[in-house]
Amino acid sequence: MAEMDTSGGGGHKKGPGVKKGKKLSTRVDLTPMVDLGFLLITFFIFTTTMSQPTAMRLFLPKDADKPEDQNKAKESGVITVLLGKDNNVFYYEGQLDNSASNFKSSNFKDIRGVLMDKKSRTNEKDLVVIIKPSKECTYRNVIDILDEMSINVLKKYALVDILDIEEQLIAKSEQNAGGAN
Amino acid sequence: MGRAKLPRKSTSIDMTAMCDVAFLLLSFFILTTKFKPAEAIAVTTPNSVAAKVAPDKDFVMIIIDKDGKVFLSMDDENKKEFIANALNNTKNLGINVQAFKKANFFGAPLSSIASFVSLPEDQRKGGNLPGIPVKDTANNELMTWMRLVNEAYQGNKAPNLLMKGDNLSKYPSFKAVIDAFKKNDFLKFQMVTNPEAVPVGTDLWKANQSGEKRAE
Repeated sequence: MAEMDTSGGGGHKKGPGVKKGKKLSTRVDLTPMVDLGFLLITFFIFTTTMSQPTAMRLFLPKDADKPEDQNKAKESGVITVLLGKDNNVFYYEGQLDNSASNFKSSNFKDIRGVLMDKKSRTNEKDLVVIIKPSKECTYRNVIDILDEMSINVLKKYALVDILDIEEQLIAKSEQNAGGAN
Repeated sequence: MGRAKLPRKSTSIDMTAMCDVAFLLLSFFILTTKFKPAEAIAVTTPNSVAAKVAPDKDFVMIIIDKDGKVFLSMDDENKKEFIANALNNTKNLGINVQAFKKANFFGAPLSSIASFVSLPEDQRKGGNLPGIPVKDTANNELMTWMRLVNEAYQGNKAPNLLMKGDNLSKYPSFKAVIDAFKKNDFLKFQMVTNPEAVPVGTDLWKANQSGEKRAE
């Protein structure tokens, strides 16, 4: 053996093969643990705040059976928004005239401008937006247009069933647009 | 005079305090996180600027999936028991009431609802479920369901009526659901959406900036 046990001679002696244990430091490097901790924290922070769904409120009017019970709206204050397929939007102001010359095509980007323009031109009390979703439009389109109502602070709006003539007009304009491309 | 010798300082910092804070925060976030339960019906909801958080208690939810199929889900087991009994009494469907109470959602024609609830939970998912028939206006079964819900909540506080639709579902399903609501005088409901920022420059944005309270 190269080393000799030199500890006090009086105490009990260890065997010749047993070395005295080296004193190890109790300090551990905590850096990786902290890294991992913060990584997990960021993960949980992001997952908690992101997954909170919100709710949009909608109040339905009660069905009025008699025509005299129904709400009347001034023609000048009415704008009708029609939702077609593939996110197409159409609109007309007032009543649809016979030659459908006031039937205009739009999309979800431009409809905000149209509504704002209408809002600025009309007396707030008379302004009514009529939303007519066609059979081809998606749930998302309906939510988007209702959302547009709250974005533009339009208080009066109604979901109304689409008329056949409007359905046909939409089909026709969509066909034309398809041909133009 | 020689300059005083600065003692050489160690560059290592004691990490213990930082570690304590990190793990305290970590345990807080782990405990407060609520993981979304694995949903049997995959629905991608649209975005809206609505700021109100959707209620997660005491709800009756109508789910429309991307094919336009309609499902009904509710959380109150006593009400479910009431509905199961009512269905058994009036239509003689032979529903296992316990299984009906445990079912998370319902999506089958009334005639086959008994076999629907007796299916094991893990098989009751995916696109192969029939859904509640609503398309036929003369026989919109959701009207029956909503009538039973109405009866079940008679005398109690009205439930939070929620509608959760998929982006791609078509309007006729939505319309059929609204019709079923109207028929039963449920005129107030909420649609579940993902939050979205209010576009800058719009009227709502201006109203929010001036600190007006939003009409929900």
